[in-house]
Amino acid sequence: MAVTIKTFANASEAAGALSSDRSARYLGGGTLVMRALNEGDVSISTIVRAQDQALTRIDASGPRVTLGAGVTFARVLAERDLAFLHAPARSIGGPAVRNMGTVGGNLFAPSPYGDFTVALLALDATVAVQGGFGARDIPIEEFLQARDRQAGTLVLSVSCTRPASADAFRYRKIARIKPKGGAVITLAAHLPISGGRIAGARVALGSMAPTQIRARAAERALEGRSLDATAIAAAASAATEGTSPSDNALGSAWYRREIVGVHLRRLLSGQE
Amino acid sequence: MSKIPLQFRHNGRDVAIFVDGGTNLLVALRELIGDMTPKFGCGQGGCGTCSVLIDGELHLSCLTLAETVAGRSVETLDGMKQGPNLHPLQRAFADNFAAQCGYCTPGMLMAAKALLDRNPSPSRDEVVEAISGNICRCTGYEPIVNAILAAAGGRVSA
Repeated sequence: MAVTIKTFANASEAAGALSSDRSARYLGGGTLVMRALNEGDVSISTIVRAQDQALTRIDASGPRVTLGAGVTFARVLAERDLAFLHAPARSIGGPAVRNMGTVGGNLFAPSPYGDFTVALLALDATVAVQGGFGARDIPIEEFLQARDRQAGTLVLSVSCTRPASADAFRYRKIARIKPKGGAVITLAAHLPISGGRIAGARVALGSMAPTQIRARAAERALEGRSLDATAIAAAASAATEGTSPSDNALGSAWYRREIVGVHLRRLLSGQE
Repeated sequence: MSKIPLQFRHNGRDVAIFVDGGTNLLVALRELIGDMTPKFGCGQGGCGTCSVLIDGELHLSCLTLAETVAGRSVETLDGMKQGPNLHPLQRAFADNFAAQCGYCTPGMLMAAKALLDRNPSPSRDEVVEAISGNICRCTGYEPIVNAILAAAGGRVSA
């Protein structure tokens, strides 16, 4: 079935078109929307595009990093100032998918996809969206919790604070096929250290619930502690709390619950 | 619903077609232009056999909305051979038995070309990474990796 394509010069016009039509979807890199069309998804009757340069802008010069929603993973990897995001960007797809897939689109990628979003959740990113009522900033956790209702809003950019050190941010994707494969689970942790103790621990998990989630019990086990074996063991044993993984071809819910603590321990203790 | 006019460069030649809204580039290339070298595999971005170069960058044509290539340059395997002569990569694939059923080969060759165009002497790991988005169910990848390394090293028969 043919769909209507609406292309706009700026993001706010595109946002208007998106919010006024329930069957409209925004086309970013195409890896989600074109896939849905190829599979015969008849719920999409309009595709909205924006050729707004603001959507592909990277601001990585200061302590606060902003990535336009249309920035591809290949561009993240080409940016030396974004070294802390290279591991999550590299873990996605093959080169062609990284040339196409975007930071904004990844926020909508259903489990087991959306690895980059796991990293952004651990980094407490902010999502700038534009809906029918104007632009606003939403904490990424809030955005993900209401993701099903976000279809009518256009993501403009995501921003996060650069980790204080390379060691403060860690990322790990568990896949059966290397170097490319869908995630069994994905883990990211941001562990700022202040006076030898963790202050503001954030641990994020992918494929452990319908959307990417924080492992709050594991965060509590780490908060205010030094990153030693006792704290790591406590965080690992609390890793499954609040999770609701499901079965898919890559792994069963049981398997995911079994391994999440093991991989969180390895991530926190810096093991390969 | 009206058709959308679309012009772009296809293997160095200007083409003009009319597409339905939502048509992907793979369908446009195969059904409207008659270039059968990019293949339909999964339609999901998982297999890579529809890979083409858009402005020199590796893309999956099945996940590319056709009209997004307006005014751009699209290269497919059909444009790789130079007159009657095979491209060194094609020659290396033949020399190294890098194709069995051949269904993945167009995508593999485009992924390999994308790599060698920007990195003429890649390491083995870089070759593996470069074709990681392309699935082959016949060869076990080793002959393909060897072929790409042979082409990069100029070790191809005349």
